[in-house]
Amino acid sequence: MSADRKVLTVSELTERIGEVLEDRFPAVWVEGEISNFYLHGSGHAYFTLKDADAQLRAVLFRTRMRRVKFEPTDGLHVLAFGAIEVYRQRGEISLVVELLEPKGLGALQLAFEQLKTRLAAEGLFDQARKRELPRFPRRIGIATSPTGAAIQDMLRVIGRRFGELNIVISPCKVQGDGAAEEIAQAIRDLNALGDVDVIIVGRGGGSIEDLAAFNEEVVARAIAGSKVPVVSAVGHEVDFTIADFVADLRAPTPSAAAELVVREKQAVVDALAQLRARLERSAARPLRDLERRVDELTVRLRRGLRGEVSHARHRAALAIRALRAADPVARVRSDRHRLEGLESRLIASFTRRCDRARSGLRAAVARLDSLSPLAVLGRGYSLTRARTGEFVRRASQVKAGDDVQVLLQQGSLDARVTATREQDDRPQV
Amino acid sequence: MTDLKFEDCLARLEQIVGKLEAGNLPLEESLTIFEEGVGLARSCSRYLEDAEKRIEVLARDDAGGVSARPFTWEPEKDA
Repeated sequence: MSADRKVLTVSELTERIGEVLEDRFPAVWVEGEISNFYLHGSGHAYFTLKDADAQLRAVLFRTRMRRVKFEPTDGLHVLAFGAIEVYRQRGEISLVVELLEPKGLGALQLAFEQLKTRLAAEGLFDQARKRELPRFPRRIGIATSPTGAAIQDMLRVIGRRFGELNIVISPCKVQGDGAAEEIAQAIRDLNALGDVDVIIVGRGGGSIEDLAAFNEEVVARAIAGSKVPVVSAVGHEVDFTIADFVADLRAPTPSAAAELVVREKQAVVDALAQLRARLERSAARPLRDLERRVDELTVRLRRGLRGEVSHARHRAALAIRALRAADPVARVRSDRHRLEGLESRLIASFTRRCDRARSGLRAAVARLDSLSPLAVLGRGYSLTRARTGEFVRRASQVKAGDDVQVLLQQGSLDARVTATREQDDRPQV
Repeated sequence: MTDLKFEDCLARLEQIVGKLEAGNLPLEESLTIFEEGVGLARSCSRYLEDAEKRIEVLARDDAGGVSARPFTWEPEKDA
């Protein structure tokens, strides 16, 4: 160890390093990627700038941070301008950033894209949020510069289409510092005034920087928060502003906005006249309808009655038949009826049979008659019966004094034998 | 014009005419809405006839209130 060696304290050394570095890099542009971005409650932002092989701490103090138009986020490729500073207490080198710009896109463009993405994610551009414009606004609010070309264009168009309308101009700056806040306030004022049916917000054409106010969040919020529909009319046919995305309807120019909002008076008058005519035509209609219905009902009633009656009759017949089939009385009656029928058939057939029998009998009797011994009595013969009942065929069967009975064809004779002869004088056969 | 806005008046009038044209309404209801329709048509017409050009500009007072004042505007001559 040599006595002439110079020993510095840590403070001395870091101080020297600090002086050297800070003298050497008072103003430098650095390109890198943001990582570990952290916005402190104090408003200061801390992050790391890095590339593939190295990293550098960076700080963005509150006053500078406010001027950054876009949102510095991790992974964003940026150009940072500032001074190198050595933070003695920790021996750290950091870049105190004065300006921060996105690499590639312009800061405004990046801010636009970032806000657009954020508001879209919030749903502020959703079609479902879009309101219909009133078809016949009575009072139209216009948020724009009262001295610009835009208001002239709009008043001219409205005057031509429908002069007798109430227009309220809500004056505001449309470009430059504070324009966004003024535009937002103008929209809020029109809402506060009330009785406004639709709001047009816009300005004439210009460069993208001129239109910047319409890309600011305050304007977007004011449009989204409006109670009445808002038509954006930022005079730029090609590019859309954030205001265009949030508005209920986007018109490419102020004149076009006026045309979208105000109909031709003549068209309104015509539409009303047409409605009146239809109303008057339809006046007679309820009565006509009623008459027609009465007529129809009458016809149906008649038809129905006829149908009913014949139907009833049919049903009654069916019922009676069914009843007859089921009713015991009716069954007895019908059985009796059948019985009577059978009876008469029986009688008839019996009678026929009897007749046949009778005629047969008559024939038989006739034949019998011809054979009967009694039949000969008709020819004058008679039969003699003894008291014993036997027919007397020979004289010897009786003797004088016997009583006999003589049977004639008609009646009989009681007689007494006076004499008997074995042989008489009649000729012998 | 009643409390109804012109827009609402016309919409209601259209609705009434549509209903009447469709029929199927009880007679009493038909008459009621027909009368309403006639009234609406009349007030719409009156509104159109009575409408007058009025251009105003908003002004904020010190208290932060908003009021409308007449705005004079002469159309520029078309070139």
